[in-house]
Amino acid sequence: MIKFIIKRLVALIPVLLGVSLLVFFILDLAPGDPAKTALGEQARPEEIEAFREEMGLNNPFFVRYADYMLGLVQGDLGTSYKTLDPVGQEVWARLPNTAVLALTSTVVAILLALPLGIIAAIKQNTLFDGISMFVSLVGISMPVFWMGLLLILMFSVKLGWFPVAGADQGIKSLVLPSFALGFMHMASIARTTRSSMLETIRQDYIRTVRAKGLPEKEIILRHALRNALIPTTTVIGLQIGSMLGGSVLTESVFSWPGIGRYMIQSIQGRDIPSVMGCIIIFALSFAIINLIVDLIYGFIDPRIKAQYK
Amino acid sequence: MSNVSVKKKSQIADVWKRLCRNKTAVLGLVIFGLLALMAIISPIVLDYETQVIKADYSSTLQAPSAAHWFGTDELGRDILFRVMYGSTVSLSIGIVTVIVALFFGLILGAAAGYYGGKVDMVIMRIMDIFLAIPGTLLAICIVASLGNSIPNLVIAQAVSSIPTFSRVVRGAVITARDAEYVEAARAIGAKDGTIIFKEVLPNSLAPIIVQTTLQVATVILSIAGLSFIGLGIPAPRPEWGAMLSGARAYIRDYSYMCLFPGLAIMTTILSLNLLGDGLRDALDPRLR
Repeated sequence: MIKFIIKRLVALIPVLLGVSLLVFFILDLAPGDPAKTALGEQARPEEIEAFREEMGLNNPFFVRYADYMLGLVQGDLGTSYKTLDPVGQEVWARLPNTAVLALTSTVVAILLALPLGIIAAIKQNTLFDGISMFVSLVGISMPVFWMGLLLILMFSVKLGWFPVAGADQGIKSLVLPSFALGFMHMASIARTTRSSMLETIRQDYIRTVRAKGLPEKEIILRHALRNALIPTTTVIGLQIGSMLGGSVLTESVFSWPGIGRYMIQSIQGRDIPSVMGCIIIFALSFAIINLIVDLIYGFIDPRIKAQYK
Repeated sequence: MSNVSVKKKSQIADVWKRLCRNKTAVLGLVIFGLLALMAIISPIVLDYETQVIKADYSSTLQAPSAAHWFGTDELGRDILFRVMYGSTVSLSIGIVTVIVALFFGLILGAAAGYYGGKVDMVIMRIMDIFLAIPGTLLAICIVASLGNSIPNLVIAQAVSSIPTFSRVVRGAVITARDAEYVEAARAIGAKDGTIIFKEVLPNSLAPIIVQTTLQVATVILSIAGLSFIGLGIPAPRPEWGAMLSGARAYIRDYSYMCLFPGLAIMTTILSLNLLGDGLRDALDPRLR
């Protein structure tokens, strides 16, 4: 198990090197002089030159990239052109907010999707099945930012139950953003759970336990669910990318003080090092969460665990 | 040769028949057809300068009425007209982007799948790097660097779609490349390019068609998202996501502004998803 984790972590290194090079290259294409962005248009030429020298902006591309990577392995994400503060400081301060949002929305998605998918499968072709699958289809097709706006309209503006924006009211502030982001993922998880459940309950071993006379509830929850959950886990894993992308939009709708919103603000301020830092952190989280999902497989399915060598 | 074309026709007819039997797929097709029709006729029946982007301060923020079915926005522009014209913007950019991505995805995926070995490894490792950044974030990164204009948006979305396409194409090509008819083509001395484009690809079309349909939905949704955060289609061109972004400031008192553009996005994505699912079932009956 440990060996498997180490192997996966080592395999991450070239991918992350590639990712950082790609992102560094793309952001390097940005027109305009970062020194002017930092110092303002009125800055004197010698000030600009001094800034360029200090930030290493006069160095060739690969030297700058190597410098950046040397800093990165020491946990240094560079210096913001706007505030001249370390980017790492800004990003770390916001990371917990983004993590909490991602985690609660995943929990919301799973808590809504599993019962919906399981009941829809058991009651296949009934009204409940039809309605829940229609809701899931709508969920897949609904942009997360529109869902967010509608939730704000209904529960903040009309009913006044939850704050319109921000994160300063604790759990109350978290409800709408995590539901907006969770709903989008609930949809595909529910659809997958339904179809894999339908497949599982037709298997021979389920017929056997049914013949043994076990109560239906026990058949579903103890025997069928565990096998049916494997494709569900795959879908949850596949959705991590779109969830991280969606969290940027959700944070923007709800003015949630996370990394996504910070990234958008940095883009608007043309603060390239901050944008770079945010994307690196997102890519790193993406890779780590994917690894965790792979490990979760092992707990659900011993056959997969046996391959972790 | 004539035999081949006859068989092809019957295959398309077969798929069409299966698609028509699927009620939800037909619904998706009809809705998407209507949207496409709207996208085509909007620039013809609407005058862009005077009816879509021109501010009219005598009629700002009017609720839906007989004169303005969807109401007017903060600049007094008719929301119905803007939603209609928005379909032209979204569908055309969505389809162009997917065609660009498909072109590169076909070449890269076909080369990787057909040649295998080192070519495959190099191409797919590079694609893995692109896939290691969530699509929306990669697009945001590109637009943030190049600036938001329509060509840059197409580039950003195409670049983030190419890895998906090349993976699908590669998978499809690998299944087809060892077939006997490919061996036969090779035996009569056909060139690699001919084999790939004349023999292998036509027989691996099913997953590619499905992915193309679904990818149009993904791209339209992603462009709306980028526009919503101010990194998409520049104003004043009407785009659904950008319209929602503008409506956000008026949500308290003029909530109707938040409804129609969102409904338009949802309908478009829903129709493409239904159609894509239906095509999957119709093109590959074994999956049912």
